[in-house]
Amino acid sequence: MTDPQSPLRPTPLAAVHERLGAKLTGFAGWLMPLRYRSETAEHQAVRTAAGIFDLSHMGEIMVTGPDAAAALDYALVGQPSALAPGRARYTMICAPDGGIIDDLIVYRLAADEFLVVANAANTAAVFAELAERATGPNADVTDRTADYALIAVQGPRAARILTPLTSADLGEVRYYASYPATVAGHDVLLARTGYTGEDGFELFTRPDDAEPVWDAVASAGAPDGLIPAGLAARDTLRLEAAMPLYGNELGPDVTPFDAGLGRVVKLGKPADFVGRAALARRAEAAPERVLVGLVGRSRRIPRHGYEVLRGGSPCGTVTSGAPSPTLGKPIAMAYLKPDAASTAEPDGGGAGLAFNIRGSAEPADLVQLPFYRRPT
Amino acid sequence: MTVPDDLRYTQEHEWVAIDGTSATVGITDHAQQALGDVVFVSAPAPGTKVTAGEPCGEVESTKSVSDLYSPVDGEVTEVNGEVDENPGVVNADPYGAGWLFKVATSGGAPSGLLSAADYTELTKET
Repeated sequence: MTDPQSPLRPTPLAAVHERLGAKLTGFAGWLMPLRYRSETAEHQAVRTAAGIFDLSHMGEIMVTGPDAAAALDYALVGQPSALAPGRARYTMICAPDGGIIDDLIVYRLAADEFLVVANAANTAAVFAELAERATGPNADVTDRTADYALIAVQGPRAARILTPLTSADLGEVRYYASYPATVAGHDVLLARTGYTGEDGFELFTRPDDAEPVWDAVASAGAPDGLIPAGLAARDTLRLEAAMPLYGNELGPDVTPFDAGLGRVVKLGKPADFVGRAALARRAEAAPERVLVGLVGRSRRIPRHGYEVLRGGSPCGTVTSGAPSPTLGKPIAMAYLKPDAASTAEPDGGGAGLAFNIRGSAEPADLVQLPFYRRPT
Repeated sequence: MTVPDDLRYTQEHEWVAIDGTSATVGITDHAQQALGDVVFVSAPAPGTKVTAGEPCGEVESTKSVSDLYSPVDGEVTEVNGEVDENPGVVNADPYGAGWLFKVATSGGAPSGLLSAADYTELTKET
């Protein structure tokens, strides 16, 4: 928990945000750009052209050594040992009771070298757990967050914008692949990953290289409509793509199965892993709640923590809610009791679901997730 | 950030233009910048009695909901339909096309309102 008295930590791109006149906000102890002009315009730019994001608040933990792969197979619910070098995978770290400590992306940089990217708010906890779980002399766990800046370039034009700037052949970089490369002459780890539902890249740079890399991409991309985008747009983009947010859809009292992400739990892997027994039981048990998508019929916005009603009675809780610039309507993810989720028909049929928006029941319809899928 | 001289202001960041017994109300440039993109305004319907300093509606943005306060006593006569169609007009033109509602007042000088200079001072503190 961040001491509320301690000052917020600026990222290596602080001078850029000030120059751009960003509205700044505190997030997990960091001073981050919430938006630059209009979060709706930034969201729409990512959907139609491209956006550039400062994600330097994310945590980077390096796990290295001959036993690194085995250590991660034990520490995480996934199977990083099965990754080829240059590949990445979305996964989670759970407690012994199966509750989620964080959701992560693990990048296998080499046979004995893994980069674990954690949420800013959970970096310290993830580092502590990995250090504790990776026992033995042949696996080292190091928090390298201070050694990295992270810039995301996301949108249908991202590849076109980056191509002239990078040594990597982007046509060869598959989704969830990562390569050492250069961008504007600076060394980066370039990954085809993102949190927006669009094509895009995440560039891990040295802190001192962040500003020149950002400036090069921003000026190269401006003619194609690339604009800076902040955390507000990041949140509405990931929500439309139904990507979970730790603290909303995911938390210590939620298992991956509850969030509809049982696929990340590799119960079939030979290694024992933390949380295996609890998660194996949970995989077989009837779910106590289901994560669903809802679209509001009125224009009032459902928000985190608001009740979902069925026939006027509470049947669940909103985890995330926001106006959807792409749909033009309010959208929300919510955990519902299983019978409410299964009997309320999608797209307007029966069962009368509503959001309780500050005392007023606002009708809503169940929809299949994601709310938005990028055109292929 | 603009603060027109010919308007009066509230501590809750509304502006009011008074023309005899007709008052027009909106939110300030400072407010729209703080809120971000306005997505929905729930303004009091025509016929509603409003009281100065009391909440009478809500302004919703992407990230937040704020109460809308009436700067004056009276009865609502008109609500801006443009804002209903295009809530972004509140961000684009908060003092002009982004007006929110009009109130028929008794015509007396309302108390508790700030001048442009006092409101500018207030925004420096927040």
